[in-house]
Amino acid sequence: MSHADEHQGTRRDFLYYATAGAAVVIGGAAVWPLVNQMNPSADVQALASIRVDVSGIAEGTQLTVLWQGKPVFIRYRTPAEIEASQAVAVTDLPDQGAENANLPAGSEATDANRALPTPEGSEVAPGAWLVQMGVCTHLGCVPLGEQGDFGGWFCPCHGSHYDTAGRIRKGPAPRNLPVPVASFVDATTIQLG
Amino acid sequence: MLRKLTLTAMAALAISAGAATAETEVEIHDFDFPFEGPFGSYDTMQLQRGLKIYTEVCAACHGLERVAFRTLHDETGPALPEDQMRAYAANFEVFDKALADGEGDYRAATPADYYPASSLSNAPDLSLMAKSRAGFHGPYGTGISQFVNGMGGAEYIASLMDGYEEEPACAAEMETPMEGAYNVAFANGGFPDACKDEHGHHTVPGSWIAMPQPLYGDDVEFDDGHEATLESESQDVAAFLMWAAEPKMTARKQAGLTGVIFLSLLSVLLYLTNKRIWAPHKNKLKD
Amino acid sequence: MAGIPHDHYEPKSGGEKWLNNRLPIVGLIHDALFIPTPKNLNWMWIWGIVLAFTLILQIATGVVLVMHYTPHVDLAFASVEHIMRDVNGGHMIRYFHSNGASLFFVAVYLHIFRGLYYGSYKAPREVTWIIGMLMYLLMMGTAFMGYVLPWGQMSFHGTAVITGLFGAIPFIGESIQTWLLGAGAVGQPALNRFFSLHYLMPFILLGLTIVHIWAFHTTGNNNPTGVEVRRTSKEDAAKDTLPFWPYFVIKDLFALAIILAVFMAIVGFMPNYLGHPDNYIPANPLATPSHIVPEWYFLPFYAILRAFTADVWVVQLVNWVTFGIVDAKFFGVLAMFGAIAVMALAPWLDTSSVRSGRFRPTFKWYFALLVVDFVVLAWVGAQPAEFPYDWISLIAATYWFAYFLVILPLLGVMEKPLTPPATIEDDFNAHYAPTGGTKTIVNPAE
Repeated sequence: MSHADEHQGTRRDFLYYATAGAAVVIGGAAVWPLVNQMNPSADVQALASIRVDVSGIAEGTQLTVLWQGKPVFIRYRTPAEIEASQAVAVTDLPDQGAENANLPAGSEATDANRALPTPEGSEVAPGAWLVQMGVCTHLGCVPLGEQGDFGGWFCPCHGSHYDTAGRIRKGPAPRNLPVPVASFVDATTIQLG
Repeated sequence: MLRKLTLTAMAALAISAGAATAETEVEIHDFDFPFEGPFGSYDTMQLQRGLKIYTEVCAACHGLERVAFRTLHDETGPALPEDQMRAYAANFEVFDKALADGEGDYRAATPADYYPASSLSNAPDLSLMAKSRAGFHGPYGTGISQFVNGMGGAEYIASLMDGYEEEPACAAEMETPMEGAYNVAFANGGFPDACKDEHGHHTVPGSWIAMPQPLYGDDVEFDDGHEATLESESQDVAAFLMWAAEPKMTARKQAGLTGVIFLSLLSVLLYLTNKRIWAPHKNKLKD
Repeated sequence: MAGIPHDHYEPKSGGEKWLNNRLPIVGLIHDALFIPTPKNLNWMWIWGIVLAFTLILQIATGVVLVMHYTPHVDLAFASVEHIMRDVNGGHMIRYFHSNGASLFFVAVYLHIFRGLYYGSYKAPREVTWIIGMLMYLLMMGTAFMGYVLPWGQMSFHGTAVITGLFGAIPFIGESIQTWLLGAGAVGQPALNRFFSLHYLMPFILLGLTIVHIWAFHTTGNNNPTGVEVRRTSKEDAAKDTLPFWPYFVIKDLFALAIILAVFMAIVGFMPNYLGHPDNYIPANPLATPSHIVPEWYFLPFYAILRAFTADVWVVQLVNWVTFGIVDAKFFGVLAMFGAIAVMALAPWLDTSSVRSGRFRPTFKWYFALLVVDFVVLAWVGAQPAEFPYDWISLIAATYWFAYFLVILPLLGVMEKPLTPPATIEDDFNAHYAPTGGTKTIVNPAE
């Protein structure tokens, strides 16, 4: 085989590979939108984050809002409730994880790790805000507030008792009530998601 | 930059032969909008001005129910800062079925909500007006003018805003005055027999529209001190309504351009490949 | 298996033999992919691949659109706007789908006229032709029902007009129209069933595509000379043909890439150009658009529908002969479907001994006139029904029927055709220097 033939062969192969490569890239680019369209659309994404005005919640009461089809409890806790929660040793809890989406995984279920930090300039005591999903971690019922053996929440379906920080204390539920992604955008507005 | 084109819109055409046909001459101007052409995109400042005109003038009667407030924050749209967009949305009230224990109640709108519908039954919703009014152009609606001059519904809206004129003498002399306002850009309104010649042809352009003249110039005051003449206001609000009708235009043009470039590249490669695999059989010059 | 003699798939390894004895699918694909194809096919033989691609494009984008579309009179329009505004890339997918219908019809018309010029419908390819005509009818039905789904003004009133055509059938017309709509007028029942059928029919089309390909794989492709591939031996056949892969696949893909680049430009820069603006107004039964026009691909046949009015003497004659049963309206409907029916009957109407129009000097002119006629019909279909358009459409419609019913049968007898080349190999070599010939550098003639 002459040198010229070899050269021609390489050039020909390169052309074939380039053509096949370009076809694959364009084919892939054409398929992606067909996959991506199944991701949440802009109107669904817009509802992924809502703002809640909490200025009207008095101490010792709670507001239930619907967020992404699920209830969220926003509670302004009394000093007594906070103290009761702080008094519990984490090692005594069935679920020792904070279950807080705002904290790194594996954080301890202390009262401080469960509460939503009070923003600067707010008159509310530190650690008084508790934001959590209102869905029992057992089978998905909505727990009732200010009930149960620990003064927190009680799930009427199968008798799970949560304390004043929303941690599971007694009953079949395996985990603490999850804390969703939440933050204060100003002193009286919480953004969920 | 204003070229005057006179276009013919065909009105009242029926399938059966012999039906009376009325020809209305309308005056539609060809404006140079920044979003025309393959590389055109919306002018953010113009859309914000148009938004202000819509809010302060049009919104009194017309709805915009397909447009969500969140989209005002879109980079390729009016690009309002998020806090401004939120505050703007809160000016509107929407009915929320979930409030008042399922009975529903009004509340301030959030970014996820949509503009309300028209408050007047005979005021059409404006969400898609710029796309649904693109049909006037070209001889007999073939769209040639749209193709050559880049004319579409935005031109129509701007021309309509700018098209209110004094009633022609033939109509002004009538005993019972025409209902509505005379507009040289409007094709489908009422038309008096007094302004037709013996063959039934219209002697004056346009027709009578139910909507009273909405813009006169200096209807709004812009924060940046931009001029608010009738002509510039007409174009601004038309541009805003074009965006409202086709918010994804910039993304679409980008996708189209990328597609054309890549497919052209693939065409060249396939041409060369095709030529090479056929070469031995066509016995052309051996290279 | 019948067909052009060539090497068939031979399973070699144990695994291949195992599968082949149970399901000879590899052999089927192998034989389809390497089918001997006349090597003189020109650039008009690309439209089949374009059509196959477009069918896949329409099914893929359509399945996706259905994930976001709601077939309800109150929600359909809003759900389409939801696709256009909020669904990720939804505006592109929908514009691909709506303009894809136009690409489909551009390709199918070129494909059909290719067949008409080169005599692809003539024996032994009648079955391929008839199946193709069925597919064309199915395409029209699918496109029409798809146009109803956005539930805009044109959707609504177009549906009323088209289903009204069936109402023109004597005696049972109204019952048929009511049966089609599921109600006395266009409404929720119509929207729901059209949605169902619009989803179903492309898959029937896909099945017919396979049958269509099967049929011409049995007879072999026609080619620009109309001369059959030699089947005397594998060696002779190999002189006239080349395998489909890679020669024709690459050629077709090259053409497809160019067509898609143009298509992409239309979708990207002028996606509403071919549509009607009135369809961006939600359907309103109380207000009819001033000018109802079908989509461009229906215009030629729409023109034929309108051409035969009550003052045409043929219509009056038929009306008198049938004791008034066939009135002008029904005559128009018969003419429209008849225009497609005469096309389907072309294999039996064409009496020429020569297949390809390339060797029919007189035919060429009549064929060119037919192409012009088709364009004129499309143009006049968009014009108002008044002078002079009514006359133009009547003349154009008459020529359409005359071409198939008079010219094709008579011309075959009267015309003296040229002599086609003896073999495809000769034709190919006439354009490209024969191997070992005296010329070494040749510019391709086509």
